[in-house]
Amino acid sequence: MLRLEQRPEPSKAMSIASPLLALAITVVIGTILFVLLGKDPLRGLAVFFVEPVRSVYALTELAMKATPLLLIALGLAVCFRSNVWNIGAEGQFIVGAIVASGIAMLAAKDTGGWFWVPVLLGGVLGGMAWAAIVALLRDRFNANEILVSLMLVYVAEQLLNYLVYGPWKDPQGYNFPQTITFLKSTQVPRLFPGFRVNVGVIIALLSVGVFWILLFRTYAGFQLQVGGLAPAAARYAGFSSRKALWTALLLSGGMAGLAGGLEVAGPLGQLTPHVPAGYGFAAIIVAFVGRLHPVGIVFSAILMSMFYIGGELAQSRLGLPKSLTGVFQGLLLFTLLACDTLIAYRVRWKPARRGVAA
Amino acid sequence: MRLELVDISKQYPAVKANDRVSLKVAPGQIHAVLGENGAGKSTLMKIIYGAVRPDEGEIRWNGQPVQIASPAAARALGISMVYQHFSLFDTLTAAENVWLGLDKALSLAQVTKRIREVAGTYGLEVDPLRPVHTLSVGEKQRIEIVRALMTNPKLLILDEPTSVLTPQAVQTLFVTLRKLASEGCSILYISHKLDEIRALCHHCTVLRGGKVTGEVDPTKETNASLSRLMIGAEPPQLQHREARAGAVVLEVRSLSLEKEDPFGTTLDAISFDVRAGEVLGIAGVSGNGQQELMRALSGEDVRAPRGSIRLFERDIARDMPRRRRRDGLHFVPEERLGRGAVPTLSLAQNTLLTRTRAVGRGGWLRIGDVAALAEALIRRFFVRAGGPGSAAKSLSGGNLQKFIVGREIDADPKLLIVSQPTWGVDVGAAAQIRGELLALRDNGCAVLVVSEELDELFEICDRLIVIAQGRVSPSVRTAEASIERIGEWMSGLWQKGKADAPA
Repeated sequence: MLRLEQRPEPSKAMSIASPLLALAITVVIGTILFVLLGKDPLRGLAVFFVEPVRSVYALTELAMKATPLLLIALGLAVCFRSNVWNIGAEGQFIVGAIVASGIAMLAAKDTGGWFWVPVLLGGVLGGMAWAAIVALLRDRFNANEILVSLMLVYVAEQLLNYLVYGPWKDPQGYNFPQTITFLKSTQVPRLFPGFRVNVGVIIALLSVGVFWILLFRTYAGFQLQVGGLAPAAARYAGFSSRKALWTALLLSGGMAGLAGGLEVAGPLGQLTPHVPAGYGFAAIIVAFVGRLHPVGIVFSAILMSMFYIGGELAQSRLGLPKSLTGVFQGLLLFTLLACDTLIAYRVRWKPARRGVAA
Repeated sequence: MRLELVDISKQYPAVKANDRVSLKVAPGQIHAVLGENGAGKSTLMKIIYGAVRPDEGEIRWNGQPVQIASPAAARALGISMVYQHFSLFDTLTAAENVWLGLDKALSLAQVTKRIREVAGTYGLEVDPLRPVHTLSVGEKQRIEIVRALMTNPKLLILDEPTSVLTPQAVQTLFVTLRKLASEGCSILYISHKLDEIRALCHHCTVLRGGKVTGEVDPTKETNASLSRLMIGAEPPQLQHREARAGAVVLEVRSLSLEKEDPFGTTLDAISFDVRAGEVLGIAGVSGNGQQELMRALSGEDVRAPRGSIRLFERDIARDMPRRRRRDGLHFVPEERLGRGAVPTLSLAQNTLLTRTRAVGRGGWLRIGDVAALAEALIRRFFVRAGGPGSAAKSLSGGNLQKFIVGREIDADPKLLIVSQPTWGVDVGAAAQIRGELLALRDNGCAVLVVSEELDELFEICDRLIVIAQGRVSPSVRTAEASIERIGEWMSGLWQKGKADAPA
């Protein structure tokens, strides 16, 4: 019979192989799903895994989608490594988008082309402020950060709705709930003419390097991680747990806010109730599939954005509901959690035990 | 024969814990199992108790071959066990923990009552209603002993039970055990303390490296002959030079500290000094304020009243640990994994907890220097480890302790505070650690040692104080102290007038 046997040491190789194995299982289950839905599984899989990387244009769109996921997941990785469970990145993303929009609407016709910089900074500060509420409540009243950060997502959504249905509604917008289209000067510069992909991709890739350095080459990053791994050891060493809490939340809030700012000052160009696309929640999966490692997160962000694009394509090409994206995301997370067992355990085939002689 | 083991073997992924071990226990016999940490004693006992399945071999109970599939099955046979590592749920009370292990014929209230009875009979002080997470290590072990005695066992397995008892309480426990034995209960007594085994046990099986290396009558052996069987050599003797105590390094004056935890110990007007070039020992049964005192001295708890703790005459009572470390105060806590070291991080990374030489400007880590320090510690203190990249949790207790103690000694401390320096450490490593502490003292460092092993304190300390119920006794020179006197003080019995004078 098959038995799980504890490894003497957790396997490093398996911790990298596990996400790949999880992806393989997800593909297998996805194939079965397509068959059951009466669709050609090859075409179905192609929509998810081939179409998004088929042309230069498709690749730039993939990078577009991956950028917010990457930015948010980097911040969350630091948070989770510090044992701070911020699952409200979606809310911080929304508030970042709101503040960035507020600044963008201040632009006048003669404003210079640099105006996107304060717009993005506004996004960062907005996300930080929203996360600071979580930090403050946890620090002062020991309120659970999981619940507080999650509930603040819904508050942020209502705030967004209030603004776009109320004071910020475009007077010439035929009563649609949306702000004015932001002026050209607030737009994040695009990288190549003809493609939507913009400077955000560069910012995200630079962030990967910055976060790698923070985590693995700075004393501050080390302190954060010790606080997460062994709080008593952090206290013994004299690392402040309050500082870790604030740092982790402000960092991840700032990153989520930056992503929000990039969305409104990039492809969207205005604030609408449809700004929250679930990136904040998907980024949690991205962070874990990427092993909370900045480089791993690059790959998982790309994978997750393939699911996003594939879901949209499946709708138009195969006539399948868009919620297929969520199904794939969920499948990947569940199979990953299952495969992670193999990091600490190995499967052994054992013949029926001879046992202690009866 | 009550219990017979024939050729028991157990292979773990990395090590053969038991290799064809055989053992016989007669009814009413107190049978010692002697061996160093890692010799395979605990695995063997877990096999008997049904917590681990052997790969090969046979177990006979009252002459009948049996398969003990689980601890519940073992208890049904009449086997009870007190683990060295506690198996208690932190969030439940002591009584609830005991109740969990019993069949549910009794109500919780009845169990609570029984615990009080059993505890009273055997002189084991426990409060059944306290949540386990608030208990000290010693108190948890008392719960475990009471739990094992609840079921009137036919075979009682005790794994290192005396480490948390006063010498008097050890004698009381021995009376209890002898009484149990005379009533026909067999006892398996696991220990590495040779004196205890010679005083208590009828028969002794010695294990080394998973194999039986001897079966002897301990009453006819000497410590030296038992030690040879156990470690293959006689324990190394410490070079002990007369201390030349210098200036006062640490001055504790009227340190009173309200307990942080409702079940902790409140520190009550603690005063003592530690001088350069001496080792001061703090004796006492665990749970009498040692943890609280250590936290106040290390800076993990900074609520101490201003002026109550001075290092080189500077008030440090409110300083954070890093500030104290900068002034030369280093501390080795009793928990190695999770406090003294982060289990999943490498040895190299673990040096960064207390050593910041490899931290450059702007908090940049010089990875090469970090690894070099770990490498140097491994070599200087003979730590058996794969290298600087090995995870802390992959080391044995003794080797990790050598690494942690080494990390603090290597920092050139002016005051080193060590809690339980050799807890769960094998004989060779323990001797090495004690030797290092003495060498440090000879170089003029002030050393403060908290230990529950009186033998150890008598071996390395120049002066002793005793902590009981959050208060400390006056100090006494080790040369003038006796085990009996210290044992009495451990119950809080020292003359009241003297206690107010600084130690």
